[in-house]
Amino acid sequence: MSIAAIIEAKKVSKSFGQFKALDRVSLQIQAGEILALLGANGAGKTTLINLLLGRMRSDSGSLSVLNYPAGHIKARKRIGTILQSAQMPGTLKVAEHIELFSSYYDQPLSLQETLEKSQLTQLKDKRFDQLSGGQKQRVFFALAICGNPEVVFLDEPTVGLDVDTRRQLWRCIRDLKDQGTAVLLTTHYLEEADMLADRIVLLSDGRITAEGSPEQIKKRLGGKIIRFKSNLTAAHLSQLTAVDDYQAKGNYHELLSQQTEATLRSLLNVCTDIQDLTISQVTLEDAFINLSEHQTHEKIEQEKSA
Amino acid sequence: MNTSANWQRSLNIYYLEAKTEFLKAFRMPAFTIPSLLFPLMFYVFFALIFNRQGMNGQMPAYMIATYGVFGIIGPALFGFGVGVAIEKDQGWLAVKQCSPMPISAYFMARILTAMQFALLIILSLFITGALFGDVVLTTGQWAATLLVLLIGTLPFCALGLWLGLALKGQSAPAVVNLIYLPMSFLSGLWIPIELFSSVLQSFAWLLPPFHLAQLVLKIQGLDLGHPWFIHAGILTAMSLLFLLLARRSFKRISEAK
Repeated sequence: MSIAAIIEAKKVSKSFGQFKALDRVSLQIQAGEILALLGANGAGKTTLINLLLGRMRSDSGSLSVLNYPAGHIKARKRIGTILQSAQMPGTLKVAEHIELFSSYYDQPLSLQETLEKSQLTQLKDKRFDQLSGGQKQRVFFALAICGNPEVVFLDEPTVGLDVDTRRQLWRCIRDLKDQGTAVLLTTHYLEEADMLADRIVLLSDGRITAEGSPEQIKKRLGGKIIRFKSNLTAAHLSQLTAVDDYQAKGNYHELLSQQTEATLRSLLNVCTDIQDLTISQVTLEDAFINLSEHQTHEKIEQEKSA
Repeated sequence: MNTSANWQRSLNIYYLEAKTEFLKAFRMPAFTIPSLLFPLMFYVFFALIFNRQGMNGQMPAYMIATYGVFGIIGPALFGFGVGVAIEKDQGWLAVKQCSPMPISAYFMARILTAMQFALLIILSLFITGALFGDVVLTTGQWAATLLVLLIGTLPFCALGLWLGLALKGQSAPAVVNLIYLPMSFLSGLWIPIELFSSVLQSFAWLLPPFHLAQLVLKIQGLDLGHPWFIHAGILTAMSLLFLLLARRSFKRISEAK
C-alpha cells in the first residue's frame, strides 16, 4: 500500500469473561476517509473505539493510530474524540470549555474557528447545562476538533438526537472530511452511515460481516425480503430476476431483492405452487443476522474444503 | 518548538485548568455555600456563643485552629471525593484522558481550588475570631496557622481523590458526609479532644484531622504536647497510603468496562 494507514487494526480480539466482544477484527483508515462502523448495540463498536483510544488493552492483535501504539500521548495530540453518552461540567460556558481543551494541543484552531465549525458561535456564552441535546453534542464535537486533529473518533455522535439536529452534526462531520481529516464513526443508523461514509464496516457479534462502499452495503442491507413456501429448489430460485441473496428458513424460502417487482414477476411466472407469500423490508438487525449466518456458512464450507 | 515556548504552553494549561476548575466549583451554590458558611457558623455557635469561657477563656482561639481544620477538609474532600466521582461517572474524566491533557493538571487544578476555598474559609474565621472572639495572636502565629492549614489540605485531597475514584457519583455525597462529619467530631474539631475519654482519645490517632489539628494547635501551645514531627510524619504516611489506594482505583477505571 502506498499511503500509510492513519488507523490500523490487525486481527484484534477482546473478551470480557466468557463474552467475546471482538473476534479477529482488522481494519484500516486512510487520510481524509470517513469510515462508518455499523452495528447493532453490543456488536463491539465501542469496544473497538476504546481499544483504538488506548482505554483498554486487546487480548491479541495489534493496533496503531498515526503509527503510534493506541493511547500513546503523541497519538493523542493528533486525534479528537466524542465518547458515547458523556456529560461535561454544566456550570462552565461553551467558550470556557473550548478554550481549556484547546490549550492541550500544540496547534489548536482559534476559538472563533472552532465555534464556527461546530455552529456554536451564537452559543459561546451559554452554560453547558442550558443547552439542548443537539447543542451539547456540538460542544463535544467542538472539543473533538479544537486541536486540529488528523483523525477524529466519533462514537455514536448522533444517538438520541432528532432528525434536524442530526443533520446539523452531519454537515459538521462532512466539512471535516473535506479538510482531509480522517473520521472513524460508529452508528447503528444505516442512514447515517450512508450519508457520511466512504466505506462501511458492518460489525456483528464482534466480527466484521461485511465491508464496502455505502452502495455495496445497501445492496446487501437494502431491498426487501420475499418469503414464501414452494417445492422449487434453491438453485432454481437463485436464478430468478434480480435476486441478490437466497436463504432457506425452515419450510420457507427467502429471496432478497432490490428490484422487488421484477423478482416477484419472474417468481410468479415460474412458481405455480407458491404459498404464504409475504414481502417485508430488511431491517438492519435482519441484515446482520443474515450476513453473519451467511458468513458462518461460507466459513464452514471453506473449512470443509480445506 | 523551543523549550521556553513549551514551558509557557504547559503553564497555560495549568493556569486555564485551575481557572476553569475554580469557576466550575464557584458557580455551584450547593458546593460554595455550605463549604464557606458551615465552618463559620459552627465557630460562631460553639466558640463565640456557647463555650466562650471554656478552656480558661481560650475557646475562641482554640477553635480557630479546630474549625479551621474542619473548614479546610470540606472543599478538599468534596471537591475531590464528589467532584471526581461525578465526572468519572459522567464519562468526562474519560474524555479528558483521551485528550493530551497532562493528568497532573487535572489534579493540580483541584488542589488549587481546594486551597482557594480553604483560604476564604480561614480568613473568614480569622476575621470573626479577632473581631468578635477577642482572639489575640502574634503575626507569626496568624501566618503559621494559615500556612499549616493550607498545606494541611493536601492529605484530604489525597483521601478525597481515592474516595472519588472508588465511589459511584450518586453515593459519593452521602459517603463523603458519613466520613467527614464523624471523623471531624472524633478528631476533636468540634469539642476539644481533652474532654474525650481516653479510649476515644487513643482512637483519634487513627484519624488524619486529629493530627492536623494538633499541628495547628501547637502554634498556640494548646496541643496535647506530642512532638510535631510525629503528627506530620503520620499525616504524610496517611497521604501516601491514600495516594496509593487512589492509584489502584485509577488504574482500575482507566482499564474500564
